[in-house]
Amino acid sequence: MQRATLDLWVGIFVVAGLAAVLFLALRVGNMGSFDSASTYTVKASFDNIGGLKARAPVKSAGVVVGRVSDISFDTTLYEATVSMNLDARYKFPKDTSASIMTSGLLGEQYIALEAGGEEKMLANGDAMKLTQGAVVLENLIGQFLYSKSDSETSAPDLGKME
Amino acid sequence: MSDNLIEIRDLSFAYGKRLVLKDIELSARRGQVVAIMGISGGGKTTLLRLIGGALRPTSGVLKVDGVDMGSLDRESLYQLRRRMGMLFQFGALFTDLSVFDNVAFPLREHTDLPEEMIRDLVLMKLNAVGLRGGADLMPSELSGGMARRVALARAIALEPSLILYDEPFAGLDPISLGVTGNLIRRLTDTLGVTSIVVTHDIQESLRMVDYVYFVSDGVIAAQGTPEQLKASDEPFVHQFVHGEEDGPVPFHYPAPSYAEELELAA
Amino acid sequence: MNSLLDSLRGIGARVIDGIWRMGVATRFFLMILLQSGQSFRRFHLIIREIYSAGVLSLIIILVSGLFVGMVLGLQGYETLQTYGSEEALGVLVSLSLVRELGPVVAALLFASRAGSAITAEIGLMKATEQLAAMEMMAVDPVARVVAPRFWGAVISMPLLAAMFSAMGILGGYLVGVVLIGVDEGAFWSQMQAAVDFREDILNGVLKSVVFGVAVTAIALFEGYDAPPTAEGVSRATTRTVVTSSLAILGLDFILTAFMFRGV
Ligand SMILES: Nc1ncnc2c1ncn2[C@@H]1O[C@H](COP(=O)(O)OP(=O)(O)OP(=O)(O)O)[C@@H](O)[C@H]1O
Ligand SMILES: [Mg+2]
Repeated sequence: MQRATLDLWVGIFVVAGLAAVLFLALRVGNMGSFDSASTYTVKASFDNIGGLKARAPVKSAGVVVGRVSDISFDTTLYEATVSMNLDARYKFPKDTSASIMTSGLLGEQYIALEAGGEEKMLANGDAMKLTQGAVVLENLIGQFLYSKSDSETSAPDLGKME
Repeated sequence: MSDNLIEIRDLSFAYGKRLVLKDIELSARRGQVVAIMGISGGGKTTLLRLIGGALRPTSGVLKVDGVDMGSLDRESLYQLRRRMGMLFQFGALFTDLSVFDNVAFPLREHTDLPEEMIRDLVLMKLNAVGLRGGADLMPSELSGGMARRVALARAIALEPSLILYDEPFAGLDPISLGVTGNLIRRLTDTLGVTSIVVTHDIQESLRMVDYVYFVSDGVIAAQGTPEQLKASDEPFVHQFVHGEEDGPVPFHYPAPSYAEELELAA
Repeated sequence: MNSLLDSLRGIGARVIDGIWRMGVATRFFLMILLQSGQSFRRFHLIIREIYSAGVLSLIIILVSGLFVGMVLGLQGYETLQTYGSEEALGVLVSLSLVRELGPVVAALLFASRAGSAITAEIGLMKATEQLAAMEMMAVDPVARVVAPRFWGAVISMPLLAAMFSAMGILGGYLVGVVLIGVDEGAFWSQMQAAVDFREDILNGVLKSVVFGVAVTAIALFEGYDAPPTAEGVSRATTRTVVTSSLAILGLDFILTAFMFRGV
């Protein structure tokens, strides 16, 4: 084959391959959404984070506004400390509350932010005061049974829960 | 500068434990065509590979242009090989390159000549072997004889001072055979190269070479100029030169007697 | 008793032979790396090999990728539907492709398409004395023939794997969204939320680079080491496909254990 046609084909091949990588990075992955340059970090403490994991989305009104960057255990408060990177385009008031939610019955857990009313905005390194930990299914069932047995009968009714 | 381009003294070679060549003494003068002849499996190709440096002697001295091949490092060996051409028994053309690119290969690898110059040189070499018209063919489109001629053009592309031919006449029709013989002679004379030709073709050899070595069973069994050999009454040489079946060289591979074997079968 | 000894001896000989071959292969691999500088200086040699390893594998990779993605879409939908989370289809399709199926299946296809071709080509060049002829022309066959093929194939492999994954995700999209009617927004947004560039995509690409090196090194060595006969070359070609497929799957396990060990 002619050297020129060969070069052309190889050129097309390489461009298509790079386009595929780009497609994976931007359309499939989350590379396009946040890069570290345009984010700020805030912290929040939770009594229980349930199954929350690093990289879980942070949403407000259902919109992804950031991502969990780190989860650690605070030995003075005996609570979980969650750091999250928020998109610098979105500013939240100081009294914004954070709660851990589950998408769907078995879905992934994420942090939902509920904006407060204060004038001052959260800045890099700030901590959120108002938090609501994950709802743990076992506790929920426990509470349910407890209130049930209080009012009338007991455990066998568990089957009707659905 | 000595008169001999190739000097072999007391050379032995073994594949593993099997001794294939013993006590070989051979020399080739500059500008000569030297033939190495002998029965099949006698070690001719092996000898040629030793001269080309593809194999190392087990013992003895092998000098090409005054350089001892036994103690050469890779770099100097490659340096020396640029002045050698080798024609392989089956041509060994690069099957993914056209005839033109095959002949241009050594030029492109070893020189920085501009493309027009390479073109001129390649067409010149192809013309010398009568295949200028086939420059655009692929090796798969060539007959065996044509492939060997292209390989010859490739071997002389860098104008070497030593050309090694492994059976250049095998499988050629009588006309091509004569033409190839004359070609080797003419290349040797006009370019001043030294040629070593391994061949079975005794008549063609006696017609065009300067000196002949007979290799048999790993030793040099006879040697001489064509005139000396034709006149020789040594039985081995006589048998070879005249192509007789009976003589010191048996036609049959060692076997139990024919009658015995037939009886067993019956 | 005697036969037991014999078979023991046979096993021992095989083991020693295997170790010896490993040594030869390692030396061969180092030679390739040593001679690579030369082939990068003559990049058109590598371009030629990208053509025969990459461009010629394109059709099989794209078509297989599309079908694998479509099957994932169908099967994934069936399963997810039982839990009422069809929207997670994009996550399922993309993660399985990007992390596992893309690199692994593309490498398996590559081994049988390009790897076997490399072995057959080099084996035949050896059998017809083309490599010996090159050596006699003072041209190193490792630098001129082997190293360019190595780099051509190693460059092609991750590109092919990425195209396989991209094609597969499109296939999953076609089946899931266009055909079955999963919500398009959920399909893409859940996918984007779940797939991490560094953790998932880059690791997938890294995998395919490792597979590319393994397949190509095996294919080249088998060809270079093949007995110079028609039978020897055909056996070497078969061995290339078998050995490199096993190598891909084994390496995949090791790499996965290292890369995706929880979060
Ligand atoms: N690579 C090898 N390993 C082991 N033995 C070999 C090898 N090559 C050749 N031999 C043996 O060495 C001997 C000489 O072989 P060689 O090829 O030199 O013969 P030859 O004279 O060229 O024969 P022919 O005229 O048939 O080409 C033969 O008996 C052959 O079996
Ligand atoms: Mg021979």
